[in-house]
Amino acid sequence: MLARVAPGETAISVDRLRVRRGGRPVLRDLCFSVAPGRVTGLLGPSGCGKTTLMRAIVGVQLVESGGVEVLGRPAGSRGLRSRIGYLTQAPSIYRDLSVLENLRFFARVLGAPQSRAEEVLETVALREQATQTISHLSGGQQARVSLATALLGEPEVLVLDEPTVGLDPVLRRDLWATFAELARGGATLLVSSHVMEEAEHCDELLLMRDGELLATESPEQLRARTGRHELDEAFLALIEEGER
Amino acid sequence: MSPRVTAAVAMRVLTQLRRDPRTVVLMLGVSPFLLTLLRGAFDRDIASFQHVAGPLVGLFPFSTMFVVTSITMLRERTTGTLERLMTLPLAKLDLLFGYGIAFAVVGVFQAGIAAAVAFGLLGLEVAGSTAAVVALAVGNALLGMSLGLFVSAFARTEFQAVQFMPAIVFPQLLLCGLFVARDQMIGVLQIVSDTMPLTYAFDALNRVTSEGSLGARGALDVAVVAAVTVLLLAAGAATLRRRTP
Repeated sequence: MLARVAPGETAISVDRLRVRRGGRPVLRDLCFSVAPGRVTGLLGPSGCGKTTLMRAIVGVQLVESGGVEVLGRPAGSRGLRSRIGYLTQAPSIYRDLSVLENLRFFARVLGAPQSRAEEVLETVALREQATQTISHLSGGQQARVSLATALLGEPEVLVLDEPTVGLDPVLRRDLWATFAELARGGATLLVSSHVMEEAEHCDELLLMRDGELLATESPEQLRARTGRHELDEAFLALIEEGER
Repeated sequence: MSPRVTAAVAMRVLTQLRRDPRTVVLMLGVSPFLLTLLRGAFDRDIASFQHVAGPLVGLFPFSTMFVVTSITMLRERTTGTLERLMTLPLAKLDLLFGYGIAFAVVGVFQAGIAAAVAFGLLGLEVAGSTAAVVALAVGNALLGMSLGLFVSAFARTEFQAVQFMPAIVFPQLLLCGLFVARDQMIGVLQIVSDTMPLTYAFDALNRVTSEGSLGARGALDVAVVAAVTVLLLAAGAATLRRRTP
């Protein structure tokens, strides 16, 4: 079972986070918190700093200043490593191994039962490809194996970098349903996308542009505030508002 | 560290090798092939063959593991799997020891096959025990692994990693005493070879193959090789960063 974060607590809190890469500021004084048991969408154009932010949350990004806490502990703490699942944007799996060999290896590292490998394969609809070598799979299938790996340990916090990019619409819908189900089970999900229409599936939104947060609110609030029904247009309205 | 995670890494590395039969054949087959060539080349000078081939059986695993490890670790870095591992409950030592166990297993096979061919088919004779030669060979495989692990941090591409072979392994082979006795070299090269781990690896092998046993000096050689291996592993661990820019 997933341990639940007590109501009122925050699952992820980011305080005046600054990151520079190659001498250029990538994240500028970000402050926000992510509610537990919800699907929070991190949206913004490519290059706005989404991946850097996610790397800071899972504790693999060198930060310049500011604080990131996950489940009440500093990001990257040893104790968090079995409680966070991270999906990198490019599939981070062993291309020369089969799907099952990859999942079984990561399950052993996590100390998860080997039966979890079959379960997560079901979740990402790859049961039939179980014995195939990763390099023989399509890009979308490889991305799903990588996602399955992130789900193995039944993590309390899932940080997913563009999990639905390049997938067919049916699978995309199913995955969003899976994310909602995981959130109902008590997990906290932070899911990034550069496609605004994906915001529809999220309980909360973090809208980013150029290393800064434009808004943190639900899709309904965003619509109400901007008076636009299409989230794409609402996002544009926010940008224009900021520039005025 | 956890034995479960270390074993998982070792098994995964061995499975990856098994998935690549061509590499396995090359790893296991190239040293017997080269020893056979050497035997043919020295056909009229068997004494020289006996002198060089014994230590070579124990030095081949060093160079093989150096290349294999630096490329495997570089792939781990460039494909993002290292970054994923760094977010998981895995100690850096689990990763390094897992690699160590896997490549030691390969080293046993590699040295065992090379020794079987050299001693069984090519008529190689050494003063000491053949088991001691194989044991030293496995130690040298681990030395090559730890050196490969360490230098992989300084390569950005596989091309660069491959070039470390002539840049780092060849000078050590040339100066270790295998081709020319060290006291015949110009003074500065003797001092340079004193700083190279392969010099000690060769000296230990040479004592077993020519004199019959390690002796006190050979035992010291083994201790130096072991210490350098541990030192390089520690240096390698320092290059595995959980947080990167």
